[in-house]
Amino acid sequence: MLDGVIAGLTTALTVQNLIMVVAGCLIGTFIGMLPGLGPMSIIAIMIPVAISIGDPAAALIMLAGVYYGAIFGGSTSSILINAPGVAGTVATSFDGYPMARKGLAGKALAVAAISSFAGGTVGAILLFGFAPALATVALLFHSAEYFALMVVGLSAIAAFAGTGKVAKALLMTIVGLMMATVGESALFNAPRFTMGIQDLQSGFSFITLAMAMFALPEAFHMVLDPKRSRRGQPSGGEIKDLMITRQEAKAIAPVVGRQSIQGFLIGVMPGAGATIASFLGYAVERNIAKGEEQEEFGKGSIKGLAAPETANNAACTGSFVPLLTLGIPGSGTTAILLGALIALNVAPGPRLMIDRPDIFWAVIVSMYLGNVVLLILNLPLIPYIAKVLAVPRNYLIPFILFFTLMGSYIGQNNATELLILVGLGVCATIMRFADYPLAPLLIGFILGGMMEDNFARAVNITDGVSFMWERPGTLILLIVGVALIFLPAWRRRRAFARQRAQVRKEGVADGD
Amino acid sequence: MALDRWIALIFLVISLIYGYAAFHYPLLPFERGMAFLPNTQPMALSVLGAVVALVILFSRKAPTDDEDLGGIDLDEVRQFKIGQTLGLVAAMVLYALLLRPIGFLAATSLFIAGCSIVLGERKFHVLIPIALVTALVIWYLVQETLGIYMRPWPWFIDN
Repeated sequence: MLDGVIAGLTTALTVQNLIMVVAGCLIGTFIGMLPGLGPMSIIAIMIPVAISIGDPAAALIMLAGVYYGAIFGGSTSSILINAPGVAGTVATSFDGYPMARKGLAGKALAVAAISSFAGGTVGAILLFGFAPALATVALLFHSAEYFALMVVGLSAIAAFAGTGKVAKALLMTIVGLMMATVGESALFNAPRFTMGIQDLQSGFSFITLAMAMFALPEAFHMVLDPKRSRRGQPSGGEIKDLMITRQEAKAIAPVVGRQSIQGFLIGVMPGAGATIASFLGYAVERNIAKGEEQEEFGKGSIKGLAAPETANNAACTGSFVPLLTLGIPGSGTTAILLGALIALNVAPGPRLMIDRPDIFWAVIVSMYLGNVVLLILNLPLIPYIAKVLAVPRNYLIPFILFFTLMGSYIGQNNATELLILVGLGVCATIMRFADYPLAPLLIGFILGGMMEDNFARAVNITDGVSFMWERPGTLILLIVGVALIFLPAWRRRRAFARQRAQVRKEGVADGD
Repeated sequence: MALDRWIALIFLVISLIYGYAAFHYPLLPFERGMAFLPNTQPMALSVLGAVVALVILFSRKAPTDDEDLGGIDLDEVRQFKIGQTLGLVAAMVLYALLLRPIGFLAATSLFIAGCSIVLGERKFHVLIPIALVTALVIWYLVQETLGIYMRPWPWFIDN
């Protein structure tokens, strides 16, 4: 393992890769600040650029930098104008924006950057220990277990979708799996379900799908509802005084310590990413805080700002564990990264650590470097980068639309791809209005091909589906997967029953 | 019927069509004896898809959480700028159709200018230079830095 770490260090510390980290973080911060462009859209837009770099380590290092930068940029716009560009930083605005309104914008940004840094640091250390251990276990897995593991991953994503959304998330996952069967695959001799359309011969392009699911609906939404893009109100405070006192550092230290571990563990679970980690972190810290400090939450408490910031960064790091060790993405963003890796001819999974230790460790080392870059380079530059928030909407939206079109065109060099993009984007916008979560579709799409490969291999080895109950590992995983889907439904039913009992007790007619 | 049930109905239809295609999949002669067929997973998916769509169609209305991030109040829809959005969709479709014939530079500058105008921008002395400069800069970046060929000029100029 030590050899691998050293190989990773030497790869990550080359001049080219250091430039990649810095460039990725700056681009990510810059774009992440714009309302409407989250890390998923930014990474999707950057993929053609990353692929043209050619070197998988450098490309992945840059994309990881973009990811961090985007989360940091999102925090900045949450704090400065109360317009979170990213769902994972919504909780940041609860206390960050009130702080900025009090004229403490600089301090708020510093607290955000320092707690992100601490969260990322602890996350990276845990990743260092966790990932190799998990990869060792994963080496014992066969295709049957992989298939079952993917079922668990997909059902976990549906299960974490939120109240009343489990069935919708499940449906979206299945649609994603269906879309993955379109076109040619390595397993079979003829392309499937192309409906005779030549352009579908090689299947849907995942970049196009990513753009259509995330970037376009967000942009359309900004046009449809101008209030959404104008919701942000400049706090008026100037950005100055980017330092925190020793007292403040003492106050946030325990928060940072707890949230970095909690955030990391949440990030490791499939389906629960930075957004859940940040909300949960905020809630936990508010409950733990005593008396006066609890009152302060929501009015500009530095603890309330440090908690979600630490948690979301630690969760970002945590979400790399299943990606790098099992090859299974736990969130939309890691799903896009997985797509990029496959395009670069790198198969993530337990073998990655053995076959390409340089890539594996270089990514982990550079994730840490990314945190350092954010702290020492981006933070002082924030007052200048924040100028991008002044770009008028009439120019911002055409540019977002143009970059989505370009991202999808460059990948395929095919104008039909653009029509598919627009069509899917319009559908995705309508689905968003009906509260259908879109990330499960993309994750299903990316896992679909792998899932079928592993399923086919397992079926071919055992000449049937008996592996599902004959292999204990597979059986346990499949039971967990099914339980994850039915658990929320069972809990909802219980809540319904309790509500009904309550209503009967109060003597009110029952009827809904 | 609420919008989410309409969508579930559409997905039900899609699942059924997909299922028809999967169950009637034209297997090649030598494929018939294999343990895992090209339509094994699709058949399972179509059944699952149809079942979940039916569950959404006929389940009781779930208590909606108003604090939801992406959630939208349907009453607000009436105030939405649907015309502008459709204008932008039309601009994107036109861009897709015109990109090859009229070349990257003309298509891109027209697209950016067009979208801004649809959104209500009327300062043409700012708008036109921005659109032209963007098209040139992006073309240079894509062609020279990334090395991806983009035909810059219209069809009647040989390039």
